[in-house]
Amino acid sequence: MGSRVEILNDGGFRSDGRRQYELRDLTIDLSQQGVADGSAIITHGLTQVLVSVFGPREAKMRSQTMHDRANINVEVSVAAFSTGERRKRSRGDKRILEMAATIKSTFEPVVQTSLYPRSQIDVFVQVLQQDGGLLQACINGTTLALANAGIPLLDFVCAVTGGVHSTSPMLDLTLLEENDIPHVTVAVMPKTGKVTLVTMETRLHVERFEEIFRLACEAGKVIHAEIKGAVRERTGRLVAAMGSGPRAGGGDLQDDDAMDG
Amino acid sequence: MVDITIRKRPRTEAVVTQRKFFKKTARGKVIKVLRERYLRDDVGCGIQNCTSCENSTAYTLPFTGDTQHKSFPNGHFLLPDTNVFLSQMDLMESSLFKPPIILLQTVMEEVRHRSIPLYNRLKALVRMDDKRVWVFYNEYRSETAIIREDNESPNDRNDRGIRKATEWYNSHIQFTRPIIRGQPKPKIPNVVLMTEDAANRKKAEESGIAATSIRKYISSLPETVAAQLLDLLSAADGNDIEPTRATSGRQAMYPEYFTESILQAGISAGKLHKGHFTTSTYNYLQGSVSVPGFPKPVLLIGREHLNRAVHGDMVVIEIFDEAKWGVEGDEVVDQEATLKNDDAADSDEDEENDDVLRQEAKAVRASEAMAQQKEKQPTGRVVGIIKRNWRPVVCHIDATALPSSGPPTSSSASTLSTQTLLAHPTSTLLPRIRIRTRQGPALVNKKILVAIDAWNSTSRYPDGHFVRVLGEVGGEDAEREGLMLEFGISYGAFGSAILSCLPPEGDSWVVPPKGDDDGVWKGREDLRDLTICSIDPPACQDIDDALHARPLPNGNIEAGVHIADVSNFVHADTPMDTEAAARGTTVYLVDKRIDMLPALLGTNLCSLRPNVERLAFSAIWELTSEAKIVNVRFTKSVIRSKAAFTYEEAQLRKDDPKRQDELTIAIRLLNTLAQKLKAARMAAGALNLASPEVKIHLDSAESSDPIDVEQKEMRETNSLVEEFMLLANISVAQKIWEAFPATAVLRRHLPPPRTNFDKLKDILNKRKGMTLDVSSSGALAESLDQCVDANEPAFNTLVRIMATRCMLSAEYFCSGSVGRDTFGHYGLASPIYTHFTSPIRRYADVLAHRQLAAAIGYSPLHASLHSKPHVERILEVVNRRHRMAQMAGRASVEYYVGLALKGRGEKERQGQVTEEAFVIRTFRNGLGVFVSKLGIEGLVMFKRDLTQFDADNYTVTIPGSSTAVSGDDDVTISVFDKVVVNIEVEKDKNTQKGKVKMTLVHPIDSRAL
Repeated sequence: MGSRVEILNDGGFRSDGRRQYELRDLTIDLSQQGVADGSAIITHGLTQVLVSVFGPREAKMRSQTMHDRANINVEVSVAAFSTGERRKRSRGDKRILEMAATIKSTFEPVVQTSLYPRSQIDVFVQVLQQDGGLLQACINGTTLALANAGIPLLDFVCAVTGGVHSTSPMLDLTLLEENDIPHVTVAVMPKTGKVTLVTMETRLHVERFEEIFRLACEAGKVIHAEIKGAVRERTGRLVAAMGSGPRAGGGDLQDDDAMDG
Repeated sequence: MVDITIRKRPRTEAVVTQRKFFKKTARGKVIKVLRERYLRDDVGCGIQNCTSCENSTAYTLPFTGDTQHKSFPNGHFLLPDTNVFLSQMDLMESSLFKPPIILLQTVMEEVRHRSIPLYNRLKALVRMDDKRVWVFYNEYRSETAIIREDNESPNDRNDRGIRKATEWYNSHIQFTRPIIRGQPKPKIPNVVLMTEDAANRKKAEESGIAATSIRKYISSLPETVAAQLLDLLSAADGNDIEPTRATSGRQAMYPEYFTESILQAGISAGKLHKGHFTTSTYNYLQGSVSVPGFPKPVLLIGREHLNRAVHGDMVVIEIFDEAKWGVEGDEVVDQEATLKNDDAADSDEDEENDDVLRQEAKAVRASEAMAQQKEKQPTGRVVGIIKRNWRPVVCHIDATALPSSGPPTSSSASTLSTQTLLAHPTSTLLPRIRIRTRQGPALVNKKILVAIDAWNSTSRYPDGHFVRVLGEVGGEDAEREGLMLEFGISYGAFGSAILSCLPPEGDSWVVPPKGDDDGVWKGREDLRDLTICSIDPPACQDIDDALHARPLPNGNIEAGVHIADVSNFVHADTPMDTEAAARGTTVYLVDKRIDMLPALLGTNLCSLRPNVERLAFSAIWELTSEAKIVNVRFTKSVIRSKAAFTYEEAQLRKDDPKRQDELTIAIRLLNTLAQKLKAARMAAGALNLASPEVKIHLDSAESSDPIDVEQKEMRETNSLVEEFMLLANISVAQKIWEAFPATAVLRRHLPPPRTNFDKLKDILNKRKGMTLDVSSSGALAESLDQCVDANEPAFNTLVRIMATRCMLSAEYFCSGSVGRDTFGHYGLASPIYTHFTSPIRRYADVLAHRQLAAAIGYSPLHASLHSKPHVERILEVVNRRHRMAQMAGRASVEYYVGLALKGRGEKERQGQVTEEAFVIRTFRNGLGVFVSKLGIEGLVMFKRDLTQFDADNYTVTIPGSSTAVSGDDDVTISVFDKVVVNIEVEKDKNTQKGKVKMTLVHPIDSRAL
């Protein structure tokens, strides 16, 4: 084996000091970014993603307009400095397009698009830093940004990566672990327990799969609690700001938020 | 459901928790790597009954520490640094050395980084029952985690981390045992840092940490223990062992190695080459390294050019200009003879052993002189070592080396001062090793185990240290143990964890009655009524295969091979499975079998004994009368073998026309099929290879004194069993490869490179006028059949043996890791092959069983067998074990042939045995001969000056003027000539090492030469 790092050592620790079922540090920043209608910066360990949502608004191109519902348009861009090796990815990169398509299809059944016929919701995902679990960060970030933009969702979508080292399952893999062991990304809607996405690029045995799948669903609920807490806090602060007397006008609010981060 | 949590990492900790470094890729690109780590407070200290760490039941360190040591009356724990493990692993492993040890993660990782074998030993040490070792993950504990500072080398960082952890431990112990008023003051055990680095010790003492060197620590242990442990100390820690000798005055005997960066640059620029170093079997001053760019291995001649390389090392060599190329020496240089009088103590003082140098130089010059005549071979010298292949070596001590050779008494042994001795390895490929010991006289006539520690450029011999005594020289137990150690065979008894995996009923286990559907009968076919029998060598206890055959109504024949269902008892991921995987194979020595599985399974529950119901894994074919496969199926089954034959019994039964019972008819049926199968295989180009196999007759089971040696006989029934096993293996290989294309456990035999045969072709052509076509296995088989000498029936076998030696060895592999076009088995001419038929004695078969069981849907496949790296890793071990087991078996036979010769010689006349032999190699001063009757190879040495040597025609001519020749005519001996040799076992008086010595009797008497 090429890697000289032990994925899981005899003491039950992973290479970064976590145990099998421990997720990485999760920070969420919901403050206003630029002119976006809703935005979120989410950090899973050393993976950081900025998601900005615009809309619902009139579709720029007529061809994309649908008469019964809104169109979700997802664009992903990966910053050249996000990986250790500086590498510029073009927008036409197949992997990036695929990721965008995955995010789109994950959210289509969740966003209540039929409320906004003939309009478009733009989701721009910017990857700032990568260390494994990229898709999970993108999905969690998109959920937050959509919620922040006030777009009605049926439920939160929470994604987690699960992998298996020999026979021991583990959650929320770093890049190092993703390179070495088979892994699955699962996105769940915690309230209903429905799964909107399962994706896997490596080979994994059927029996292992079930175990990891269940585990990832369970972990989705933990993420959910965290995300919900962040949204609640943000909303609470907005409500408090609205009620606090004479200060009117949005400008102040924005300043407030900027300071939060 | 498990507890899933998010580990929070405060922003303020980022300095400690994030690590940034730059890494250079193989292509030379520099990339930045950012890693994070999560610091925690729940990393256990490992001390029993610790009040502040949770879950302290699993902890291994005693509450009071170790109170035996004189310097630490309050008790202590030992905390060794990395170098202690790197250089003194033998000491740490000794059963006499047992203070409680705290092993830091920093140390573990550093050891892992430096040497994987040592790391594995370290891991085994942690698991050892009688050791008290606790691994403390200091890098993950918030109080002990540190980061590298600017201008700090990684080593300094680690040292600081180790000191910090020691400090933490001390305060942790103090904190958890507060002084309670009214109670006696609790004894606070000390955590002692053990390091050989004086600067580190000083720093530690400055910050109030107790620190000690290894030597100091051991010296104040109780006396009896200390003396023995001091011998185990590796010589690598150098300086303070020989304070009296001025090291600076010594002259360098070898050129220094290049630095690592020069080596790496040289290799990537193609100026230097790396490869495995092999010492020549015939000449200890000569070695070779196979390098990809050259058709022939690169030759290294002379001590200086070998430059401290030891057999098996991975070395870097520089190749000389073509003008300086030499040829392989054509004479035999024996280390024992050349260096007889070299004394260990002063072998470094150059003036005293001039004659050693002179002799060696002469040997080297002789081959240089030859260089003009013969085709030159690339020649070079060693300039660096990438990886040492230093394992413990079985040695003995030369009695003459001791100053006082009086009879050793037990009392003098312990009081004697340190002596420097040369230990002589049993293997001629290794150099002698200098050791220092206090037990000198007690070690004479003993087989001892010695570890090599270092080889400085100022020292002729490598330095090593004594590990332990194996037993008396010549004692069978010591010889056997030495042999097993030499080949790395683990021969310990099975541990209790392993034995607890056996069925609880023990040997009263039986197949439960049919009808309970949930038990072993589930999914099994009932084949108890079939007429099944097994055919094995005599006295075979682990019967793992049985056969049956019966005609079918449609005119075809049903044939079945039934293999012991080991995987029913050995489940994946159990201690027994892990042990079996580590052992890899059962090792057969002449007088002992070292089992892969506990004997209860191997010789009883799995063994397909007659008239007992046993679980089996069956492969059943429908064959046409022409032995073409119509279809095949695999099933788990229950069988009841009707009889267990030996090859001989089966043969007699088959040949006896009066016998017309069911069993005999089945054997005949099988035999006709086997002959057709064999014919088909041969037509496809399978090779009929030969290896010198002999059988040792032992006197009785108890004394195991060998009486005689004979060659193994091959009967028709041997080939019968073999053909069906091959058929089963091929069918199974096909099936599991279809089911698991990425991870199937298969076996292959790569076709040998053509150049391997060059020499043999040349000899055959020149001496016998025969040609060898090596273009394919079929062509080779055909041309081997042509190599017949009408007068000499054994000649063909000899050529086959020599051809076999030119080939590569077969190996297990994981189907996903090599290309499909390299699956083939060259020797068997089969496109795909595996091992399925001997799961009791080979681990690869157990894996194949599991995969086949999954392929037929009998049981799910264990997750580990889906993982390619996992299968690759296991097979790598199994391959190595397999090779080692073969070599050990051969060495054991050799040893017993020696004993048998001695026995026979004593019976006949004056300890001598005379046998016919073939010449297989000629040297300037000797002949390599092969005694086919005994299956041994030997050397006949001449005094050089009398003979004429023709290297091109492989002949040696002894002039008629010599006294050895009876007539006046010159006598010429060449390769393939038949000679008569006198074989005797000579015991070296000093070393007590039995050595087979051969002398020519016919056509000349070489004793006069």
